[in-house]
Amino acid sequence: MLVSLKWLRDYVDVDVPPAELVERLTMAGLEVDSLNETEPAFRGVRVARIVSLSPHPHADHLSLCEVTTGESTYPVVCGAGNIRVADTVPLAPVGATLPGDLVIRSSRIRGEVSEGMLCSEEELGIGADASGIMILPSDLPLGAELGAVLNLRDAVLDIGVTPNRADCLSIIGVAREWAAIAGKKLRYPATDVVENDEDIQRITSVSILDSDLCPRYTARIIKNARIGPSPLWIRQRLAAVGLRPINNIVDVTNFVMMELGQPLHAFDFRFLEEGRIVVRRSRAGERFTSLDGKERILRDGTLMICDGVKPVAVGGVMGGLNSEIQPDTEAILLESAYFNPSSIRKTSRELAMGTDAAFRFERGIDPEGVIRALNRAARLIAEVSGGTVCKGVIDQYPRKIETAKRIPLRIQRVNDILGIAIPAEEIVRILENLEMTVDPAGEGRIEVTPPTCRVDISREIDLIEEVIRLYGYDRVPATLPGVSVIAGISDGKRSVEGRLREIMTGAGYTEVINYSFISPNAADQLGLEETDERRSHVRIRNPLTEEQAVLRTTMTYSLLLNAKRNADSGRFDLKIFELGKTFIRRGEGELPLERNRMSCLITGLRYEDRWHSRNLRSDFYDLKGCIENVLNVLRIPMLSFRTGTDEAILHPGKSCGVFSGEERIGFLGEIHPDLLIRLDLTGPILVGELDLDFLAAHFTTKAPFRSIPRFPSSSRDVAFLVRREVEAQVVLGLAEDSHEELLEKVQIFDVYEGTSLPAGMKSLGVRFSYRCADRTLTDDEVNEAHARIVQKIVDATGGSIR
Amino acid sequence: MMEELAALREQAEAELRKAGTEEDLLNVRTRYLGRKGLLTGLLRNISNVAPDERPEFGKRCNEVKEDLSARIDQLLAGMAASKRNEGFLRERIDVTLPGRGVRHGILHPVTQVREEICRIFAALGFSVVEGPEVELDYYNFEALNIPKDHPARDMQDTFYIEDNIVLRTHTSPVQVRIMEKTKPPVRVLSPGRVYRRDSDISHTPMFHQIEGLLVDRGVTFGDLKGTLTVFLKQVFGEETALRFRPSFFPFTEPSAEVDIRCVICNGRGCRVCGQSGWLEILGSGMVDPEVFKNVGYDPEEFTGFAFGLGLERIAMLKFGISDIRLFFENDMRFLDQF
Repeated sequence: MLVSLKWLRDYVDVDVPPAELVERLTMAGLEVDSLNETEPAFRGVRVARIVSLSPHPHADHLSLCEVTTGESTYPVVCGAGNIRVADTVPLAPVGATLPGDLVIRSSRIRGEVSEGMLCSEEELGIGADASGIMILPSDLPLGAELGAVLNLRDAVLDIGVTPNRADCLSIIGVAREWAAIAGKKLRYPATDVVENDEDIQRITSVSILDSDLCPRYTARIIKNARIGPSPLWIRQRLAAVGLRPINNIVDVTNFVMMELGQPLHAFDFRFLEEGRIVVRRSRAGERFTSLDGKERILRDGTLMICDGVKPVAVGGVMGGLNSEIQPDTEAILLESAYFNPSSIRKTSRELAMGTDAAFRFERGIDPEGVIRALNRAARLIAEVSGGTVCKGVIDQYPRKIETAKRIPLRIQRVNDILGIAIPAEEIVRILENLEMTVDPAGEGRIEVTPPTCRVDISREIDLIEEVIRLYGYDRVPATLPGVSVIAGISDGKRSVEGRLREIMTGAGYTEVINYSFISPNAADQLGLEETDERRSHVRIRNPLTEEQAVLRTTMTYSLLLNAKRNADSGRFDLKIFELGKTFIRRGEGELPLERNRMSCLITGLRYEDRWHSRNLRSDFYDLKGCIENVLNVLRIPMLSFRTGTDEAILHPGKSCGVFSGEERIGFLGEIHPDLLIRLDLTGPILVGELDLDFLAAHFTTKAPFRSIPRFPSSSRDVAFLVRREVEAQVVLGLAEDSHEELLEKVQIFDVYEGTSLPAGMKSLGVRFSYRCADRTLTDDEVNEAHARIVQKIVDATGGSIR
Repeated sequence: MMEELAALREQAEAELRKAGTEEDLLNVRTRYLGRKGLLTGLLRNISNVAPDERPEFGKRCNEVKEDLSARIDQLLAGMAASKRNEGFLRERIDVTLPGRGVRHGILHPVTQVREEICRIFAALGFSVVEGPEVELDYYNFEALNIPKDHPARDMQDTFYIEDNIVLRTHTSPVQVRIMEKTKPPVRVLSPGRVYRRDSDISHTPMFHQIEGLLVDRGVTFGDLKGTLTVFLKQVFGEETALRFRPSFFPFTEPSAEVDIRCVICNGRGCRVCGQSGWLEILGSGMVDPEVFKNVGYDPEEFTGFAFGLGLERIAMLKFGISDIRLFFENDMRFLDQF
């Protein structure tokens, strides 16, 4: 909220520089986002009086004026028609500067000498009135610097008022805070009203049909008003806080809203049919055109201010075009009411009308400030429009609005919560400075009644906050909490994530973080089957863009987009990984299934520096090696890599599922060539995903220690000639399942396919290592076991030994 | 004869000094020490020496012979060594070529900041806990004292899934879930992704927060100040000036916004700090009694504090990043820098 320092000073003394005001308000909880010190945009302009006026001999629309600043008299040629002899006007003599760095020079206009310029508001940058020369109050001292006598210097504070502090959405509210902070006295503006003899009760009536939404509605009638621009002091104050002046009536309602925080509305009484106000909920289909010119078709249940026949305002939000103040308005019905905050909030959201009035009503205005604001505005309207205020006030108050009374406060509790010792007298003083009523309530206790504008205070803790807010947060000594023995919560997921990050970065993968939302088209682009659970998207009702409309069910898609983005900027070699969640929709009203996943992608050259291994490209086995590393370090048991997992996004011949026992815990492989085309990517690109939740549940840090063998091992190499489709794991598995006690280890040491072999065949070089823990094996022993295993492999694979 | 021996020695040594090759050395050896060598010849003529001087002459001859022999061996060995060395030098490689092997990958800057914060709080006894990112309205709002239609919801631009299901707008719902499950004392830290409907140079629809919660008997606002002071000084440096100022969060009271002296301008006022000289770093406060009641804690028995901060903001300040969107574009030209 914008606060003009000049305006603020109408209600409280501010005898510190603006910067200190900013600092002290901020440290009391009214955060000042910016301070804008304004100065008049002109220099050298003086108060002058018109001595004589005569027509220009050579121009119809110009006049020759003689103006005096008391000391000197200047001849000035002027084109405005609104000046009279003896008017007090602003004179920019030769040498003065007007906004836009316009320097006034001596000139000759159609043969007549002009030694200066008489200025309009607009030319001075004070206001918007460009219709004629600005006529100044006649009591201003002649010759005085205009900027100084009009007090045009100001400082505007932009305060970020927190949602609880509805009371500070007004200049008087901020003044009240400053008064409490600085120990100053608050001056309320005059609200006494001079009334005529005409009783309001005989002119109009108010009936509230829905008091749950409008518990209080007050009104006054002003007659014989003349509509026109507001005086400069009102327009300037409104402009300083960012409001556009409209006419004297509307300006007063805005002025009082800013001054006291009570939104008001003025109706042209002529247009209120049956001359009365009815406050009721709308009926479905009712039409209403608000002041912004938009016609709205109402649903039922919106609180409307109506006359005897039709709606004339959306209660607490915006007035209607049909009852707006017109240039010829004479009789005005002025409204000051209290509306139910959550109803206003709902209405302003529904109708997308975030008005200043709604903003204040939905935060809660002072229910007892309604009449004060009504009177203040009536008084000002009479003052600025020449109207008279009819006798009496209509105050329909069918439903009492509760305000907090007598909140018990324990002095000890204040200090227990804060960790400080503020004396009781100090606490009482702070609360009283905030216009709270404090009553003693026995040993160490007081009872506190906050002012009705403080709708945020109802509990002891609220009072404690008030005390420390004004006492000063900086005066609370910093301490460390006492030590309690707390069993640390061990978190498998976090340990696994930490290990994964180490392993992956060690393997050269860089961590990325992608948005959790993706495009709903992703599933189609990826080519997922209709039955794939990754089509069970969680949809966001109000996404920012359709590209971010669903939560991701696979991380791979995000990584592919990363590859695309980097390729577009010329980076084709990539090793990236991400730890994050995928989301699978479950039933209506149920939270989705959130799965923690690790996903990685690799493409392009294996090494960044290619001088030693020209164009060596990453392939399936690079990624597999990395994933094996991860799983081995975490000691995930019973690992296997199996083809035929029907992963739609992967190349059918270069992909596999990752299994622990029979549980599929991930996949890896090359991106399907068709998918590369759909995404306009150049391959090969390899991706893998692992189920982090599984890893977290099954990893172990326990290392099964065995003594270092004391006896040598003996190894035998065999090259098996087998059909091409026989997987290495089959051979290794046969050996491992042979239950030969002496067999220690089996490894593939060579794979060969080539023209020297029969078509459809490949050679697998396998090294078998044998060892016995308690003696050196003899060749015979080794050969016997070896022969059995080899025979078994030959039999089972239908292969032969090369 | 003695003079001849001395002259011979001089001569041999002169030749050794001139000898440049292995062959030269072997020639010297043959010429002086060989069976028909000069020194051998001299010794053979020992009969020309006076009898009483013969033992002395023989001894001197042998000395010279041994000396020469040792010198030649030494020179030969040296020559062999330098020859090997020349061979090694011919094998010289270009040590300025880059090394082979994978370059270490880089942790995302947000992760780096998160882990640093977790380490600091681990030392203060805080354990890490997590909660769902798709959250019930109850945990995200209601239980945190943000009822429907409360103006505080203005601060939350929420992504909705269903009427009562949202993408969590902060990590605070984890507080509630943890307190529902555990009895005090509680010291937890909860990092994670959060979501708000906002997108510009300083907002992304997803970002990261870390939430901290400490509940025990007798925890005070002073403890909040102390704990957060320790934390922020570890992150931003011991000399960092801090200030705690009143603010509002529906689930804490009293609430405090914590600012640090602007790390860019050191308090003189700049664009980053909006000329104020201070940077908002985190929100905090004493847990509101309403929240305690919602989770079944007795606010008369227990007090506590909670705090939350945005990880991207910290990372931006630490690394001098001006556009938050860079964190999620995953452009390697960005990530490579950390």
